[in-house]
Amino acid sequence: MISLAGRDILHSWGRFVLTGLGLGLLIGVTLTMAGVYRGMVDDARVMLGNSGADLWAVQKDTQGPYAESSSIRDDVYRDLLGLEGVAQAANVTYLTMQVRRGDTEVRAMVVGFEPGHPGEPAFLTAGRRITRGHYEALADAATGFAVGERIRIRRHDYSVVGLTRRMVSSGGDPMVFVSLKDAQEAQFLKDNDAIVNERARTAANPALNRPGVPGLLEAITASQVTNRNVNAVLVTVRDGHAPEEVAAGIRRWQHLQAYTRAQMEEILIAKLISTAAKQIGMFLVILAIVSAAIVAFIIYTMTLGKIREIAVLKLIGTRDRTIASMILQQALGLGLIGFSVGKIAATAWGPAFPKYVLLEPGDAVRGFVVVMVVCAVASSLAIRAALKVDPATAIGG
Amino acid sequence: MRVAESSAGVGIRIEGLSKRYGEGDAAVDALKDANLQVAPGEVVGLIGPSGSGKTTLLKCLGAVIEPTRGRMIVGGVVIYDDGWRISDLRALRRDRIGFIFQAPYLIPFLDVTDNVALMPMLAGRPNREARARALELLQALDVAHRARAETSELSGGEQQRVSIARALANRPPVILADEPTAPLDSERALAVMRILNRMASEYQTAIIVVTHDEKIIPTFKRIYHIRDGRTTEEAGEGRALD
Repeated sequence: MISLAGRDILHSWGRFVLTGLGLGLLIGVTLTMAGVYRGMVDDARVMLGNSGADLWAVQKDTQGPYAESSSIRDDVYRDLLGLEGVAQAANVTYLTMQVRRGDTEVRAMVVGFEPGHPGEPAFLTAGRRITRGHYEALADAATGFAVGERIRIRRHDYSVVGLTRRMVSSGGDPMVFVSLKDAQEAQFLKDNDAIVNERARTAANPALNRPGVPGLLEAITASQVTNRNVNAVLVTVRDGHAPEEVAAGIRRWQHLQAYTRAQMEEILIAKLISTAAKQIGMFLVILAIVSAAIVAFIIYTMTLGKIREIAVLKLIGTRDRTIASMILQQALGLGLIGFSVGKIAATAWGPAFPKYVLLEPGDAVRGFVVVMVVCAVASSLAIRAALKVDPATAIGG
Repeated sequence: MRVAESSAGVGIRIEGLSKRYGEGDAAVDALKDANLQVAPGEVVGLIGPSGSGKTTLLKCLGAVIEPTRGRMIVGGVVIYDDGWRISDLRALRRDRIGFIFQAPYLIPFLDVTDNVALMPMLAGRPNREARARALELLQALDVAHRARAETSELSGGEQQRVSIARALANRPPVILADEPTAPLDSERALAVMRILNRMASEYQTAIIVVTHDEKIIPTFKRIYHIRDGRTTEEAGEGRALD
């Protein structure tokens, strides 16, 4: 038996291909939306993985440093090093801000780290690591910065000495790495006018400027221009120790909150990007409904255009299932064309998106199954119309 | 297909066939005790004004609508006797009745050969055998040279010949032709009648031709007139077609 659906598709291939193209672009958008979500999840995992940490010690009762702000003293790491099972402990700061390059600005997450400790980028794609104590920076390639360029963070200029890749925040902002001291200054210090103003306010406060207490005002002023805070301490665990146990020890003795990698991943994925995930989920549902409506409409109108032929086919003895199969195959054919176009389109335009778009083979397989099911369901309306056609209408009168 | 009774040697016979549409005051009797008989190898004309019941009779014979009462024998098989005697009417239409329409109604997405071969394929014949049968018929009807053509590329006469080939493809004992020459000029209309007569003679097919066409009416040897649902038989001129 010849394929009636195949012949019909070949006969009106132009309409089929154009319809498939339109449907495909819609499917491409759907796959890209799924890819954006996967990219966000992957960015979060890569960010955690690249930090090199097993545990994150943060301010008590916070879910920092990524989901909430966290501030702890920068000497806490010494106490942590004394705990059993802790191999390394290193301060880090995170601050999302505008980094200037000439007249342009790039939104970036500025990370302060201690070279040679957790928090430093695991690899570079160009240039070298930071070797000086101040005013050198490593940048993610997504910033668009090049090795040797000068960038400005708050009041100071930095030289970009190295580039890395896939180092972005959970919000998709590329990271710029500077030394911890520079980052602390950028994060907490005020500009000169603000410092002068603050000194004047302090001197005018009789509680802080007591005539009978020499040196008090100077001590208070000095404390205002130095910063001893960081956002988190990244901890690595010695071999043979479970991160959960070490985290429990930190929570018990150090008045800090400590998260394992699994817990931090849960915070990032289930909490930080959950709203975005729901948003994308809603889009996926709407796009699936729109796709189904388009396929149903196209297949239905194509079927209505063949009512006379269907009546003749039924009159000459074609079984209902052969006619239903023809319509179903056409709907699935449309879905196949649409999915192929959509997959190619998503793969082609994915890299052009500002955020990382991760097109997973599993998503493609699931997407293909959903498209086929949607097309099959969408064809039911047309099949119903075709099966209702009275073969007697083929005979005139 | 369940066959209840056989009546060998009969092409088409209807006895006391009635068809009523609607009920009560709105009831319309489209056929009233209609009688008709066509022998194998015979071509008979069915003539009548609009609304006389021609199409209803054709639809009853084509097993697409159910008569109210009466008896119908198609190709030697009793298909209706105050109720259907065949369980699978679709298979009956496919295997025992060929249809030719006023317009050819070829399937536009199949080429000429496959339009004809579709019938044996639907009957379960292998593609190769079905196509061989199609080519044989297309040759017999002088359209073999358009075998691979799209149906839209054919002239009206060629399309009608292809539709005749399709009607003959399963070697049905009966062909029902509904105004097959209406869209054709005299020469082509007579050519179609020549083909139908030749095919009826070669394949021993009983053919009913419903027509208004004055050009072909003189070619029938027997004619049934139908008026207000009742049939009357008369001898035709039987004008030679060659």
